[in-house]
Amino acid sequence: MTNWVLTDSWTMTRRGLAHRARRPGQMFVGLAFPVMMVLIFAYFLGGGMRVAGGGDYKDFLIPGMLALTMAFGLESTMVALTQDLNRGVIDRFRAMPMAPSAVLVGRSVDDMLESAASLLAMVGVGLLMGWRWHNGFGEALYALGLLLLLRFAMLWIGIYLGMVAGKPELVQAVQILIWPIGFLSNVFTSAESMPGWLGAIAEWNPMSATATAVRELFGNPGWNGTTWAATHAQLLAVAWPVALLAVFGPLAVRRYRGLSH
Amino acid sequence: MTDTDHVIVVEGLRKTYGDKPALDGVDLTVARGTVHGLLGPNGAGKTTVVRILATLLRQDGGRAEVAGFDVRRDADAVRHRIGLLGQHAALDEELSGRQNLEMFGRLYHLGARGAAARAAELLDRFGLADTGRKAVRQYSGGMRRRLDLAASLVLAPEVLFLDEPTTGLDPRGRTEVWNAVRSLVGGGTTVLLTTQYLEEADQLADRISLLDAGRVAAEGTPDELKARIGGDRVDVVVRHADQLDAAAAVVTAAVGADATTDPDGRRTGAPVADRVAALTETLRALGAAGIEVEDIALRRPTLDEVFLRLTGAGATAKEDATV
Ligand SMILES: Nc1ncnc2c1ncn2[C@@H]1O[C@H](COP(=O)(O)OP(=O)(O)OP(=O)(O)O)[C@@H](O)[C@H]1O
Ligand SMILES: [Mg+2]
Repeated sequence: MTNWVLTDSWTMTRRGLAHRARRPGQMFVGLAFPVMMVLIFAYFLGGGMRVAGGGDYKDFLIPGMLALTMAFGLESTMVALTQDLNRGVIDRFRAMPMAPSAVLVGRSVDDMLESAASLLAMVGVGLLMGWRWHNGFGEALYALGLLLLLRFAMLWIGIYLGMVAGKPELVQAVQILIWPIGFLSNVFTSAESMPGWLGAIAEWNPMSATATAVRELFGNPGWNGTTWAATHAQLLAVAWPVALLAVFGPLAVRRYRGLSH
Repeated sequence: MTDTDHVIVVEGLRKTYGDKPALDGVDLTVARGTVHGLLGPNGAGKTTVVRILATLLRQDGGRAEVAGFDVRRDADAVRHRIGLLGQHAALDEELSGRQNLEMFGRLYHLGARGAAARAAELLDRFGLADTGRKAVRQYSGGMRRRLDLAASLVLAPEVLFLDEPTTGLDPRGRTEVWNAVRSLVGGGTTVLLTTQYLEEADQLADRISLLDAGRVAAEGTPDELKARIGGDRVDVVVRHADQLDAAAAVVTAAVGADATTDPDGRRTGAPVADRVAALTETLRALGAAGIEVEDIALRRPTLDEVFLRLTGAGATAKEDATV
C-alpha cells in the first residue's frame, strides 16, 4: 500500500497555515510577548546586572531569550493540540484512511514554520537593539539551527503532554509550571549564582545547554562556568533535544494510536 | 469469510468503561442497501456501537465486520468504505465549508483537483454553495449538520453511519436529510442510523434494533415491533369522569379483553382482534348503558409506545419481547 505520510502531513500543514491566514493578528501578538520580555529585562531589570566574564548584559540576554522563546513554544503546541483533540474534527481524521501520524507531523511542521518566523523576528529586534554575532554567518546559522532543534524537541513534549492532559483546563497547570522551569536556567542569570541544588538543576536544564551553546557560537558573553555541563554545552545542546525527541516522539505517536481505547 | 448479503455483522459486542458495561453483548446484522435503525434511550450504547464500527473505538469483546472487513484487524480497509456523521460535528470550525471538504478530499487522496471538484459538487448538493469564506464556527446548527453530512459523503461510502443525524434540525432540515438518506440508499448505500425520533426510524428504517442498557431488547421491522406489543386497540374517552369505571366494564365485556383506564384523560381502552366489529359493539353497549362518549377511536400502537414498553420501565415486557 502506498505510504501517504508525506502527502497527508502536507495536507495537515496546509490546514494549520489556513488557520493562521484567518487570524494574522495572532502572530504579532505571539511575537509581542518575547519582544516585550527582552525589552523589560534589557532596559528595566538588566541595568544593574553585570556579566562575570565582562561584556554587555544585553548581549548575554538575547541568546538566552531566543532559547526561552523556543522552549516556551511547548505551550502553544500543547494548547493547539488539546483544542484539536476536543474539536471533534479529529474523529473524522481518525475514521479516514489517512496516515495516522500525519495529524501530529502536520502540527509539528506548522509550529516549526511559525517558530522559524518568530525566531527571525526576534533576531531582527535584537539587531535593532545593538546585539551582534561575532563569529561569522555560518556559526550564527548553526546557532539558529540549535535553537530550532530545541523547539522541535519541546514541540513533541507539547504534543505528548497535550494528549495526556486532554482537556484545556489541565493545560493551564503546564502554563504555570513552565515559568519556574524557564527561570531555573541560565537564561537571565548565571546558574552558579543560584543556591546549590537549584544551580545544579539550572545548569542541567536543556534550555541552559542551548543558551550557553548559542552564546558561544554567536560570540556573546557567557559566565564561562567550569563544570562539565558548562564546558560541554554544544554537545548537550544537541544531545538533550535528541534524547527528548527519542522519548517523547514515540510516546506521542503511541498515545495517538491509543486514542481508540 | 465475507458475507456478501450482510454489510454489517456484529456478534457479542462488548465494551466497558471503567467497570461499567456500556455494551453487554450486542448482535446486529444489516443487509446491503437497507437502512437499519438503532433506537434506545440516552446512554443505551448507540453511539458506542457506531464508534466501534467506524474504527474510532476498540471493543473489549465480540466481533464486528463492516463491508466484509474486521474493524480491528482491517481498520484501514473499513475506513476506505465508510462515511461517518457523528453525534457531534466533526468539522474544522476555523475553516470554511469549502476548505473543510477540500481538506477531507485530499486526505481521501483524491488529489488537489479531484478534491476541489468533489467539494464544489457536495456544496452545491447540500445548498451550501454560497457560504463563501465564512468559517464553520459562524454557521447555523442546520448548516453545520448539512456540511457534516456532506463531509461524510466525500468518498461515496458503501456504508454510512448516521448518529442522530437530525437532532437540532427544523422540520425542513429534517426532511432534507431524510431525502438525502433515501437517495443514497437508492444508490446502493447501506445506512446504520441512530435516532431519538421514532418517527424518523418509522420513516427511514427497514429494520430496527431497540437497544437498552447495552443489549438488544428487540429487533424487527417497524410493523413487527408494533405488532409485538399487541395490535390494534379501541380507545374511549368519556365525558363524565364518574362514568369511567362503568365504561371500562362495558368495554371489557364488549371486546372480551381486560380494559385499562387512565383517569387523568378520562380514557379507557382494550386490545381488539376484529377491528370494526369491536368498534360497533363497544359503541352500541356504551349507548345502552347510558354512558356519554366524548371520543372513540381505533388505534395502531406508535413506535413511541413500543419504545416505552420495551425499554427501561417496561422491564417485564422486555423478557417476552426477545425474538
Ligand atoms: N468516554 C466514556 N467514558 C466513560 N463512559 C462512557 C464514555 N462514553 C460513553 N460512556 C457511557 O457508556 C454508556 C453508553 O453511552 P453511549 O454514548 O453509547 O449512549 P447513547 O445510546 O449514544 O446515548 P445518547 O442517546 O445520549 O447519545 C453510557 O452509560 C455512557 O455514560
Ligand atoms: Mg449517542
